[in-house]
Amino acid sequence: MKGTVGRLARIVAAYSIKMVLLLLAVSAVAFVLVTASPVDPVQQYVLHMGTAVSSEQREEIEDYWGVDEPPAERYLHWLSRVLHGDLGESSLYRRPVADIIGERFLNSLALMAAAWTLSSLLGFGLGCLMGRYRGRWPDRLLKSLCYILSSVPAFWLGLVLLLVFSVWLGWFPIGFSSPIGALRGEVTLGQRLYHLALPALTLSALSFSNIALHTRQKLIEVLESDYVLFARARGEGEWAILRRHGLRGVLFPALSLAFASFSELFGGSVLAETVFSYPGLGSAVAEAGLGGDVPLLLGITLFSALFVCVGNLIANLLYGVVDPKIREVQE
Amino acid sequence: MGQAAEALLEIRNLSVSFHRYGNGFAQEELKAISDLSLTVRRGEVVAVAGASGSGKSVLASAVLGILPGNAAVEGQLLYRGEALTPGRQRALRGREIALVPQSVSFLDPLMRVGVQADGSRRPRQTERRRQIFRRLGLPEETEKLYPFQLSGGMARRVLVSTALLADAQLIIADEPTPGMGLGQALEALRMFREMADEGRGVVLITHDIDLAVEFADRVAVFYAGTTVETAPAADFQRGEDALRHPYSKALWRALPQNGFQPVAGHQPYAGSLPVGCLFAPRCPCRTEECERKTPPVRQVRGGEVRCFYGA
Ligand code: SF4
Repeated sequence: MKGTVGRLARIVAAYSIKMVLLLLAVSAVAFVLVTASPVDPVQQYVLHMGTAVSSEQREEIEDYWGVDEPPAERYLHWLSRVLHGDLGESSLYRRPVADIIGERFLNSLALMAAAWTLSSLLGFGLGCLMGRYRGRWPDRLLKSLCYILSSVPAFWLGLVLLLVFSVWLGWFPIGFSSPIGALRGEVTLGQRLYHLALPALTLSALSFSNIALHTRQKLIEVLESDYVLFARARGEGEWAILRRHGLRGVLFPALSLAFASFSELFGGSVLAETVFSYPGLGSAVAEAGLGGDVPLLLGITLFSALFVCVGNLIANLLYGVVDPKIREVQE
Repeated sequence: MGQAAEALLEIRNLSVSFHRYGNGFAQEELKAISDLSLTVRRGEVVAVAGASGSGKSVLASAVLGILPGNAAVEGQLLYRGEALTPGRQRALRGREIALVPQSVSFLDPLMRVGVQADGSRRPRQTERRRQIFRRLGLPEETEKLYPFQLSGGMARRVLVSTALLADAQLIIADEPTPGMGLGQALEALRMFREMADEGRGVVLITHDIDLAVEFADRVAVFYAGTTVETAPAADFQRGEDALRHPYSKALWRALPQNGFQPVAGHQPYAGSLPVGCLFAPRCPCRTEECERKTPPVRQVRGGEVRCFYGA
């Protein structure tokens, strides 16, 4: 057990270094892109505030962006502010970016967690089913379904779900994360879930087929392996084989895949949240981009990179815990 | 092993073929085993020897009833005098009939060896399995290892332990020696000899005739999915003239100590077997008859031979 902890610590340490480098690279690229774009953060801020900008405020903003400095120094200047926890102030919301991200992320987290759980469970279950009945009709049917789902764009699927279930049937709300007009404190969990259902379904369709097809493939590999043949020769029944050998070989690859799919999840949430006017990080990205809100855009970019990295880290850790070849050799 | 010993396994005119989609929509029929007959008695090690690709492993799967779904089986399989139906195969495999596969790849790489050897049967026989491990000279901590941590010899013994744990009467060992040093191979074969001496029946599938002859009572020579000759092992030690079939003689001559002469030509492809005698295209003694008719199995000097002229 002690060996395991040490090894996991090593994985975390190694990955953290990579993560820091990656985040630095992301921040640099994002900053360069924003600087090169015609949008000027100071101008945008002033524009949104109207005439009410005092000269001190203006100076503060110019200082934050290091307006008079050469590009490299501007970046370092901005970076040091970011590292001190100052992500700047959103020109759209006129509130600190960190606060907005925190608030929106909670909404997004609920959405992504729901979608993630749904797609993982469903993908894994159906993947197992397809693998078990490989080549027979349940497999062929579900496989076609997966291929169709994986080639349908998320926003289109979102629109169709919205049309069918919200507009025609009226079963689900048209958008937002809570009933319109309801006060923050009054919204019940049930209402939240109710508002979450369609966006989560849309979002889960994105990674669902990937996990299902992957699980199917993996299970087929296992079921056609020499060791399953031997298990059969030893009198293990179909279900014993699935339980003893199938799940063992399939569960953790699927789980790792699910964690590694955080980037698709976040990318998809931009579309899903926009279609359903769901107030999460994804829709904030869209707003920030369209509204020229540079600090918010940069903040979310950095935050989402971090989010994806954490998912990958978990995937790596899982492999480290589960694969005996990695585990035992290093002990 | 007198003739009185109970016949554990009787294979009569067994044929196994596989349907496969070839190029385009043409369905191909691969005949892996043709018209094969073989009997295994208690106390006996029967070596099934032949070059790779002669359908030996398919034989093991056919007896155990674990052929893939696209296989078609004809002929008769009897276990202790009663027909081996699919239901009976299911009930017997892992209990009375056990397979000892060839390599560590037949162990689940993600499962510790001990639990794996215990199998899925309940109640678990962990204590007995430990005894067997000890008896086979496997160190105490072996059960905690994963397959990839086993040496070749240990893996072999773990695989053998499963047959002992099942207390099987009929053991089918599929190529148990490749990849082993001579010492290990001898040790493995000795284990099978012991099992037979304790009253079990052992089918030893191998391409190493030399080693097999040392430990087997009878040798069945396999060619293109059928046995061309079944002879007492001693005949192989006596020499070419004691053998009955042209292919067995050729195999004997191909052994290193007997001149190392390779058998010219190739085994026929399972998708297009020749008419008549399967060995005819390569046989130095063939006549016109051989290419028209399939030779029957004949009893010759205490052995069986599938050749018109074998004597
Ligand atoms: S039957 Fe004819 S071709 Fe076949 S082995 Fe005998 S002699 Fe050769």
